Amino acid sequence: MEKNIILAGVGGQGILSIAAVIDWAALDAGLVIRQAEVHGMSQRGGAVQSHLRISDRELFADLIAHGTADLILSVEPLESLRYLPWLAPEGHVVTSTDPFVNVQGYPPVERIIKALRSAVQPLLVPAEQLAREAGSARASNMVMLGAAAPFTGLEPERLEAGIEALFGAKGWEIVEINIRAFRKGLTLSNANQTTS
Amino acid sequence: MNRSRLLLLGAEAVAQGALDAGISGVYAYPGTPSTEITEYIQRSALARESGVRSSWSSNEKTAYEAALGMAYAGKRSLVCMKHVGLNVAADAFINSAITGVNGGLVLAVADDPSMHSSQNEQDSRVYGRFAMVPVLEPASQQELYDAMFHAFELSESVRLPVIVRMTTRLSHSRAGVERRDAVAQNPLHAEYAPERFVLMPHNARVQYRHLLELQPKLEALSESSFLNRTVEGSGTLGVIAFGIGFNYVMEARRMHGLGCRVLKVGQYPPPRQKIDELFATCDEVLVVEEGYPVYEELFRGYFGSPKIRGRMDGALPRDGELTTDLVASALGATPAETTAVPEIVINRPPELCRACGHRDMFEAINTVMREQAEHHLFSDIGCYTLGALSPFSAIHTCVDMGASITMAKGAADAGLRPAVCVIGDSTFAHSGMTGLLDAVNDRSPITVIIADNDTTAMTGGQCSSASGSKLERICRGLGVEEAHIRAITPLKQHLDENIAVLREEFAYDGVSVVIARRECIETAARKKRRATAKGE
Repeated sequence: MEKNIILAGVGGQGILSIAAVIDWAALDAGLVIRQAEVHGMSQRGGAVQSHLRISDRELFADLIAHGTADLILSVEPLESLRYLPWLAPEGHVVTSTDPFVNVQGYPPVERIIKALRSAVQPLLVPAEQLAREAGSARASNMVMLGAAAPFTGLEPERLEAGIEALFGAKGWEIVEINIRAFRKGLTLSNANQTTS
Repeated sequence: MNRSRLLLLGAEAVAQGALDAGISGVYAYPGTPSTEITEYIQRSALARESGVRSSWSSNEKTAYEAALGMAYAGKRSLVCMKHVGLNVAADAFINSAITGVNGGLVLAVADDPSMHSSQNEQDSRVYGRFAMVPVLEPASQQELYDAMFHAFELSESVRLPVIVRMTTRLSHSRAGVERRDAVAQNPLHAEYAPERFVLMPHNARVQYRHLLELQPKLEALSESSFLNRTVEGSGTLGVIAFGIGFNYVMEARRMHGLGCRVLKVGQYPPPRQKIDELFATCDEVLVVEEGYPVYEELFRGYFGSPKIRGRMDGALPRDGELTTDLVASALGATPAETTAVPEIVINRPPELCRACGHRDMFEAINTVMREQAEHHLFSDIGCYTLGALSPFSAIHTCVDMGASITMAKGAADAGLRPAVCVIGDSTFAHSGMTGLLDAVNDRSPITVIIADNDTTAMTGGQCSSASGSKLERICRGLGVEEAHIRAITPLKQHLDENIAVLREEFAYDGVSVVIARRECIETAARKKRRATAKGE
């Protein structure tokens, strides 16, 4: 078992919370982890990414090599395209369809989806809408984690335990919202896999 | 005891390792990618219980000197900074190699190849060679943790400061780390040793000779270091992989089924025997360094060697951080076919936060600047450096900590009017005060705008050494006239009055200071969250 995962988004969107949950679950499963993240200037609204590697054998590099990512999990549609050179031929792209527009010349979302579809068969997730249904738009990153869960090599129950561990200090209500959000993403993903 | 497995950033592994190795204090000024070392110690319950001092220093030089003082008193001390911070601390650092230490002194320095958050990608190993002290360059988070014990033992055994060098990638990457039993702190033990610590020429010459005589011993210690080892292999191509270069070599080796021999080097001066052995058995040697080709250049020598490959002959790029792909290609592997980035993908550079006070400050400055024939704005290092980008395009320089004030002064001396600069509260405390004194002494007509957001914001909101009313007191103390120390609040509703204040001070023929004071919205929000959490 070895998974190379690229988490993509914009500084401040919460990809490190996604990473923290996966890290927790992987550690719980006794796996080896390497997770490179971006700190510093780019965190101020710039493009950010995290290379996350989990394996049952020794890992050396903190960075994922080109063409070897099993999963690109993007919480922003444009950002999902930025890391395509890292994607393995059989790799998956799971992306939110909610654009974060803070630059001039941001392309229309339809063009982004078209470009994405011409390269891969992406799983598109209306993350914010599902998160609202779960109780809070702020939980959209957990919707995304749920949608990507089947491609992480980790059991959903273990990831949910990770969500509990991460959000536990903020109280049960927050934990429950995030678990509901996670399950909404997971349900969408499972439905998509059975239909395609 | 503590055999738990923690998931730590490289920076945090340094911190935990230092705590477990029995430090009595850490001294640092924030700087990416080194900040998290000190932050971890500040949050650590273990550090609090054992009284490890950890608040921020004004700059890297004051931090280094305090760490040296703690080591003088016999205790173990850690000092942390980013690579360019070592330029600031260089005077203290280089001379501490001449005095030596009593208690262990470890300098954890984090370099930033590819300049993710820096002005250059200088390689701190050069400083290690320059000062002739041991440098450790671990390749993983676990090695970083273990290396901290080793570094303090080494420092105390050879009585020299020891550098632990890492780069952005390792500092900001997490992995599982196994802890060991903690070591108790050293007792207070200050020795009278003026012959070592009073660096008058007659003492310094003796001490310097001693440092030179130590060098063969340092090389011998590298030979047996756990950070230096050979990975057996076959073929005529050998690799010397320094620091995390080793990781990319091993990854490429596995990915592409390559069998080359690898010498991993993580302790300097490099192990000469091991290197000689590799060179003797290989027809070609690839030198892989995360940073400058420091040792590649040394191995090549002035007259070159056809046997050596690396950053200097194009096998690897001359600049930037390494990747598995770059190393694989240098080892002759065929790159994988990959999907290209679609053309519609545009860059997304960082920006000032929405509702950040700096935005209102730049709006006011730009309005007044548009009225001037010359509108140069000298700036400094912090969030407000983002004022260089659209939509403000307000600043015209950013060189090093504090340079805004002194460059404005020099330009004013040359006749530029108005000569205006902008500097943050923390950067002013770091290196702005002495420059302001120069301007006062010379009556240089400059306007210094201090962007006081009450924090070191760019690195994540650390305590600033000088903010609030302390700034007015400092400026008065340095001799700026009371009438020309003005405070403004950078908010939309104050735009007109802020413009009026700036206009007056730009026109003043002397030193003036305008303090644009508004708390960083990030730290304000964090304070509010904490208060709410406590209230519940």
